[in-house]
Amino acid sequence: MTHNADPMRPIPYRIHRVRSELADTFTLDLVPEDGVHSLNFAPGQFNMVYLFGGGEVPISISGDPARTAPLVHTIRAVGPVTRAMKALGRGDTVGIRGPFGTTWPVIEAEGSDVVIVAGGVGLAPLRPAIYHILANREKYGDVRLYYGARTPDDILFLSELREWRGRFDMIVEVTVDSARGYWAGRVGVVTHLLERGRYDPEETVALVCGPEIMMRFAIKTLNQRGVDNDQIYVSMERNMKCAIGFCGHCQFGPYFVCKDGPVFRFDQIASLFSLREL
Amino acid sequence: MATHYSSSAPPVRLGRHSLQALIDALRGDGYTVIGPRLEDAAIVYAPLESADSLPEGWVDQQEGGHYRLLRGERPALFDYVVGPHSWKRYLYPPRQRLWQAHKQGKGWRVKEPLDNTAPYAFIGVRSCEIHAMRIQDRVFDNGAFADPAYIKRRQQAFIVAVNCAHPAATCFCTSMNSGPRAKEGFDLCMTELLDEQRHEFLVEAGSDKGAALLTRLPHRPCDENDLRQAEAVATAASQAMQREMAPDVAALLKRHPEHPRWQEVAQRCLSCANCTQVCPTCFCSTVEDVTDLSGQTAQRWRQWDSCFTLDFSYIHGGSIRRETRSRYRQWMTHKLSTWHDQFDTSGCVGCGRCITWCPVGIDITEEAKAIRDSEGGT
Repeated sequence: MTHNADPMRPIPYRIHRVRSELADTFTLDLVPEDGVHSLNFAPGQFNMVYLFGGGEVPISISGDPARTAPLVHTIRAVGPVTRAMKALGRGDTVGIRGPFGTTWPVIEAEGSDVVIVAGGVGLAPLRPAIYHILANREKYGDVRLYYGARTPDDILFLSELREWRGRFDMIVEVTVDSARGYWAGRVGVVTHLLERGRYDPEETVALVCGPEIMMRFAIKTLNQRGVDNDQIYVSMERNMKCAIGFCGHCQFGPYFVCKDGPVFRFDQIASLFSLREL
Repeated sequence: MATHYSSSAPPVRLGRHSLQALIDALRGDGYTVIGPRLEDAAIVYAPLESADSLPEGWVDQQEGGHYRLLRGERPALFDYVVGPHSWKRYLYPPRQRLWQAHKQGKGWRVKEPLDNTAPYAFIGVRSCEIHAMRIQDRVFDNGAFADPAYIKRRQQAFIVAVNCAHPAATCFCTSMNSGPRAKEGFDLCMTELLDEQRHEFLVEAGSDKGAALLTRLPHRPCDENDLRQAEAVATAASQAMQREMAPDVAALLKRHPEHPRWQEVAQRCLSCANCTQVCPTCFCSTVEDVTDLSGQTAQRWRQWDSCFTLDFSYIHGGSIRRETRSRYRQWMTHKLSTWHDQFDTSGCVGCGRCITWCPVGIDITEEAKAIRDSEGGT
């Protein structure tokens, strides 16, 4: 049952590389300080990432699940801990506890078409699922990625999006909420892509991750197109202090988002999702 | 939890003055004995070295937002019920250091704290409190993860229960099936037998550990009359219960996440978190990461938290539960309803602490009843 003698104790990982993604977003490649600790994860799972003396934050794993090293986390600097993490460099050490939580349904979705809907930094928790699906491409039907960012400057993983857009076995559409002169792509919310997309609702499994308001509208549109709640998966975000069901902070109705989530099949939580301030 | 409670030893009688022998025997076995003490005009749970420190002759008067200790009419040692403390403060301390890390070059190394806390012996544990411990056992060993420090403290603890003689007006354990008579989950269970002729305790062993300890104390056998008298104490306590929880409250609250009563109670609730701090099952915690001034040492502390604070639900962009309405709904719905989904038990044991220690006297049984009554019917 318990896979760590003390699940509250972080394991030191050294920063092997820092990549600046966006003005406020960066990716850390991490290797275990002892050289042997390995962390097998499934797409959608997260770690608690600890900054020495500064605090700990839940961050989804954004790397390739087929590769155990390095461990990859994409982090947006929005609070005191993540802002301090942005100042870290190669050779610095962070603490890792995990992986925790439920996973994107990459096995269950085999044989189905896959519609991936991401908003902003919500693309990071979905990237391991994309890696997995592309690595096992023959097991899936049509694969579509609909991605929305605030502005062209906020498009995460730009070079990979370009690469995926160049593939003939995947449809990638990107939209921004607003743009200046040079942008020749789509402008508008990601929901518009879902309204028009030529996916088959009957055959689709949808993976949705982004701000709650974006997920709300994306689900509504998917429902209108005929994708039922039991075909839709979402990743939830809540305050977390422990990630193991002890601290109580992440409760969402009967669920602990840390261990019953973060990925939920939407029919599990549809009645909770509509309640304000739950 | 690996601790099993059962014993076939017959009940015995201990004289009032053998309580000191009980305390001495437990202390001799290496236990830190904790029991009810009168401090700050309340019955609290504190280290107990002498039976003379027990709050003899005191009774408590409790109501919504009201707690007073009064001199009783007889020199009973346990004629009050529960106060602001619960045993959770010993099994799950309000603040504890989880670990400490030291800088080493560019990295650091984590060192676990040495937990050399002596095992606890708790004297005067009420039936509702045993149920509360069993509820927290499910929280801190949830199948996937376990809190090793909690489990160690819990497994080592020696539990001396006391059957309640006089429930407070705020008690409702009968409707939560958690009392007033302690049926299991103790090493020893005492019923105070006090009349003109005698001051004794009928003591049942609930474990081999308890039975073994009993044999070392001066005791006398029980007769039918003693058993009848003890039974009468429990029956009287049960019949004196004034409050009750609305039946089927778990399903009831699930039906009413948007009930106007949440807004109504929010007009009175101060969001002060008292109810969560005195509750024997509330388990929410936060962590605090600190460094020393040199930046060479970092520590993580875990401390009790409350779903009534604004910070509790904070994520980037703001707190999820901004309104008191949402926080009260979370607390009460969790306690009485979603707790069943999570831990297959209610989170409430009917001890009434949240009623007594609410500064404005909000009554969880009354809130549940108001929602139930709004549905009409019987």
